[in-house]
Amino acid sequence: MNDQMRYYKPFISPLDPCPPIRVKSYSTPPQLFIPFQPPNLPQFTPYEALKYGTLWPALYSPYPYGHKYVRQEEGDA
Amino acid sequence: MWVYEKKLQYPVRVSKCDPRMAKYLMEQYGGADGELAAALRYLNQRYTIPDKVIGLLTDIGTEEFAHLEMIATMIYKLTKDATPEQLREVGLGDHYVAHDSALFYQNAAGVPWTAAYIQAKGDPIADLYEDIAAEEKARATYQWLIDITDDVDLQDSLKFLREREIIHSLRFREAVEILKEKRDEKIFY
Repeated sequence: MNDQMRYYKPFISPLDPCPPIRVKSYSTPPQLFIPFQPPNLPQFTPYEALKYGTLWPALYSPYPYGHKYVRQEEGDA
Repeated sequence: MWVYEKKLQYPVRVSKCDPRMAKYLMEQYGGADGELAAALRYLNQRYTIPDKVIGLLTDIGTEEFAHLEMIATMIYKLTKDATPEQLREVGLGDHYVAHDSALFYQNAAGVPWTAAYIQAKGDPIADLYEDIAAEEKARATYQWLIDITDDVDLQDSLKFLREREIIHSLRFREAVEILKEKRDEKIFY
């Protein structure tokens, strides 16, 4: 359950009509990094597995995760 | 043949009267990357895919119908007690005049579902890559649905459905790996 979000800073024009979003994000969930699930991964308890939607913590992807975006006043340019 | 279990795969509780959310949820009901499209896509493709991965398409296609039921339950709960006036206020007036409070397979903008949304190319890699893409698009749709509502109970069910898209994507990726292997050839060392 490490950081599953990626961030980037889009181009900001001085002529933008709306207050700019300085930092944007997108989701990079675990399936992108596991080409083939190895055997014997640790498992959730059955109740946790139902709650999270998967039997394996390694495949669990929380959402929302972190900040979706950062507006001008919050972030550095 | 299927065996039906008369319960939802995961509980659906809606705790806020928000008929507009029903309109948005229809994207996952009858939209291009919705659960109906997913179920029909996989269950159709499985006839012309190598034997090793037929079962996977059957299992995932079946689960998609379980997800379709969950989405239907959400939409039904959000609209069953709405007056025509309330439906009109949230942009479901055109839905009401055609369907009353019945559910219908169309997307959030009211576009009816079409088989043009799905493909069966007969090439196993092409089909599985489409399936992976479909899962990622459905995952994204769930993210935006979670973002657009503040009903935590509804979000809870949507988070479950988003995680299932992730698992399905991984399974399709594994299916590609299985097909890439030279399984039927003897390897000598």
